[in-house]
Amino acid sequence: MKLRKSKLFGAIAIAASIALTATGCSSGGGSNASGQVEVFSWWTGGGEEAGLNALVEVFKQEYPDVEFVNAAVAGGAGTNARAVLATRLQAGEAPDSFQGHAGAELFDYITAGQLEDLSSLYDEEGWRKVMPATLLPLITVDGKIYSVPVNIHRANVMWANPKVLADNGISKPGSWDEFFAAADKLKAKGITPLALGEQWTQLHLFETVLLGVLGTDAYNGLWNGTTGWNSVEAKGALDTFKRVLTYTNSDAASLSWQDASKLVIDGKAAFNIMGDWAEGYFRVDNSLVEQEGYTWAPAPGTAGTFQFLSDSFTLPVGAKNRDAAIAWLKVAGSAAGQDAFNVKKGSIPARNDADKAIYPPYLQSAMDDWGSNKIAGSLTHGVTASNAWKAEIDTALGLFLQNKDVAKFQAALATAATSAGK
Amino acid sequence: MKKSRLSLYPALIFFLIFFLLPVYVVIVTSLKPLGDISLDTMWSLPKSFDFVNYSLAWEKLGPSVINSFQLVIPAALIASFLGSMNGFVLAKWKFPGADVVFPVILFGMFIPYQSILIPLVTTMRELGIYGGIPGLILVHVIYGLPIMTLIFRNYYASVPNELIEAAKVDGAGMLGTYFRVVLPISIPAFIVAIIWEFTSIWNDFLFAVVLTGPSSWPVTVALNNIAGSQIVQWNVQMAGALIASLPTVLVYIILGRYFLRGLMSGALKG
Amino acid sequence: MKRAKDWMPGLLLTAPSLVALAIFVYGFIGWNFRISLTNWKALSPDYSFIGLQNYRDLLVDERFKIDIKNSLIFTVVFMVACLLLGLLLAILLDQKLKFEGLFRSVYLLPMAISFIVTGVVWRWLMNPATDDRISGINLLFTKIGLDSLVNQWHLTPNWGMAGIALPAVWQMAGYTMALFLAGIRSIPEEIREAGRVDGASEWRIYRHVILPQLRPIALSAIVILGHISLKVFDLIIAIAGKQLALDVPAIYMWQTSFDAYNFGKGATLATYILFSVAIVIIPYLIFTMRQERNS
Repeated sequence: MKLRKSKLFGAIAIAASIALTATGCSSGGGSNASGQVEVFSWWTGGGEEAGLNALVEVFKQEYPDVEFVNAAVAGGAGTNARAVLATRLQAGEAPDSFQGHAGAELFDYITAGQLEDLSSLYDEEGWRKVMPATLLPLITVDGKIYSVPVNIHRANVMWANPKVLADNGISKPGSWDEFFAAADKLKAKGITPLALGEQWTQLHLFETVLLGVLGTDAYNGLWNGTTGWNSVEAKGALDTFKRVLTYTNSDAASLSWQDASKLVIDGKAAFNIMGDWAEGYFRVDNSLVEQEGYTWAPAPGTAGTFQFLSDSFTLPVGAKNRDAAIAWLKVAGSAAGQDAFNVKKGSIPARNDADKAIYPPYLQSAMDDWGSNKIAGSLTHGVTASNAWKAEIDTALGLFLQNKDVAKFQAALATAATSAGK
Repeated sequence: MKKSRLSLYPALIFFLIFFLLPVYVVIVTSLKPLGDISLDTMWSLPKSFDFVNYSLAWEKLGPSVINSFQLVIPAALIASFLGSMNGFVLAKWKFPGADVVFPVILFGMFIPYQSILIPLVTTMRELGIYGGIPGLILVHVIYGLPIMTLIFRNYYASVPNELIEAAKVDGAGMLGTYFRVVLPISIPAFIVAIIWEFTSIWNDFLFAVVLTGPSSWPVTVALNNIAGSQIVQWNVQMAGALIASLPTVLVYIILGRYFLRGLMSGALKG
Repeated sequence: MKRAKDWMPGLLLTAPSLVALAIFVYGFIGWNFRISLTNWKALSPDYSFIGLQNYRDLLVDERFKIDIKNSLIFTVVFMVACLLLGLLLAILLDQKLKFEGLFRSVYLLPMAISFIVTGVVWRWLMNPATDDRISGINLLFTKIGLDSLVNQWHLTPNWGMAGIALPAVWQMAGYTMALFLAGIRSIPEEIREAGRVDGASEWRIYRHVILPQLRPIALSAIVILGHISLKVFDLIIAIAGKQLALDVPAIYMWQTSFDAYNFGKGATLATYILFSVAIVIIPYLIFTMRQERNS
């Protein structure tokens, strides 16, 4: 299918993996796996697909006898991929391994008994030592680990157009109040202060506002029940969110996140809040140079906090090619595999022993932040809330976007938390 | 008379433009480099013609185009043939209760497919045909039966009863009557039926993505995958979109004339 | 009453189709209804019976109310626009013009293209931004001096569903035209001539001779369009993603089942969709069957 492309990436990946094995990071290929392995993900385009292909090349090096079947279906952030997966799992036609966001999103599969416990694989591969201590508790259920994280993305990033900032004498806002001050200036000049896209990007904005206004500890408390959704603090965050929306483009609902980023690139908007996968869009797809064409900062009020999401692979109960699936997981968790994958994908490896030098500057700084910052999870990308809870929040947000009624919104969010058992 | 007809052309051309607008945007976008694509320049022609998007798209779509043909041709033929036999029986060789059975069949057309995915996958798995093209053919044939039966039943309703009676007098049984008398005059209805089935199966995404595996995915699934989930290469996607819709467009252009004739001869008359 | 020997072969010939539809349509509808009576809220099946609780919950569900309103607006706008535009185009094309074949082919063209293909383009075409960021159809309007036509399309507050019907009309109007054109052409020329001899104008002939004859075609067009309007799911997802302003029961059902894994409630929504279609379709089916028997 993607022959020519994968050959190209293959060559790069092979080079990378040879370099890495030479430095002693071999994950030790097992030869007992054969047949095929069907891996389900939603990585079908751009850097995501390139990353997956690079990972597959490493896998083929280690397990040449296993045929890799790429069952990727587009649409991870929403529609198709998850429906296909849910249907297949229900009907007992599980793929050999599937991608999921590490955190609460995977708990649904775990409580349904659809995933195998991978604790012993962690012991065998020594992953407990190389996977971050901040991450492991978030993917552990009752002392067992069910997934292998391959990467970390940062959600709370505010992207900006440096020229627009300079022309208007604005610096990157450290808080939402600073943002409002800057936004009023921009609005007076006819520049959209904050570019926004379709509803999931609005949910993404919402979670960064919650984090920025409440602070990291109180934000994390929303998800374990120690911060009340009915509290005055939460209401403050919702009021801020309502105000932020008044500084956004009127056509948000019809734009993809890339369209919104493009508004920043073209100087029609000053800021945009999006996860750090946008970095690849600025730097690679639009050939821009950091600090000239684009710049970034933590979203207002979130400096010192790394709001993360992580993609991970699993072993479904009833996988037809269990040995090959375990082989795949070993590669996904290996240093060689993670470096090959993440350089292409534009994310940082979940492991903390990556070869930092091969990553572009933004990702190097992200690695530093991931190591030193406070950690918070992303709601939109499956870390903090179960699928059902997230869906209720999404519906509440959708109604709020219609009626802009903060009191109703807060009541709906509180109800959602209650029905999620928090 | 002639003058008044001339005044119709502006209206006709207006609608021509209306129907072609999206197609125009697809074509110009497919020829641009990714960096040149933005909302405010969507109407402008590409600065230079670049067909690399087409070869990129073809790389990804090629194998699935073949899958689509392997799926659509048998499914459309089987569905229309079964529909034709059902239509014949329900119009001209009725069994007791046939007039009740017909609406019962027809109602199947209106089932919301999204709601039956889990029973469907479970059943297909029990039957041992989950995951490949044959299973997908079966599903398309079954869910195509209501509309196929409708088309043929309506078409046959306008066939004079005398024709059937004459065949019976000649001693032909049901199958003999169908094959010797009815089938040869069914071509207009077959054209309508096959165009309908060909288009709807070719364009189906939901059943394909749920019921088949990567090696047998038809072109809609591959096309959807080009879109990716984070970075969307609009130009490659548009090129892919053109490639993916070429067969159905050709079917309409080539068979369009017969399509209208088929409709005129009674199919879909209601 | 005919003898079994006469009709039995007919029943046998249709039997495979009937069995398949009994399982894949009615069996699955039953299966779905069964799920709608359960409290199945996880990835693993849970058939604990809760009666009609899911249905009662839906009655007070705020999102569901929006959905019903939205689907009504969409269905009405889509059907009326398709029927009117289809009829207009059919009458235009009936004037024995040059290039009729070309116009007809182009009008029919959208029917051949899936929304996976055109969804994105329609999103661009109906971009609602104004002033210096104006684009899409709005930009065309300003270029040809029709600034007053600039509008927010599918993001128009409260009436967005009417905007989203535009691409659906674009796709199906040509097909409706073909149905009507076929109907007009199959009316014998003598009938029109008779009208002309009586001194009626062309318009009167259409109004009083041809239109009444098109009634059965209009009815079957309504059935076909109704069946398309059920599938509006793909179109909205492709153009507008999932946003509440443009939510319909089919999207709500999909999200409830596959994003929130609340299969009990999802099945309830599916039953509602089926029921709402049945309300429209069953009287139509009974009506046509009865009419047929009388003639």
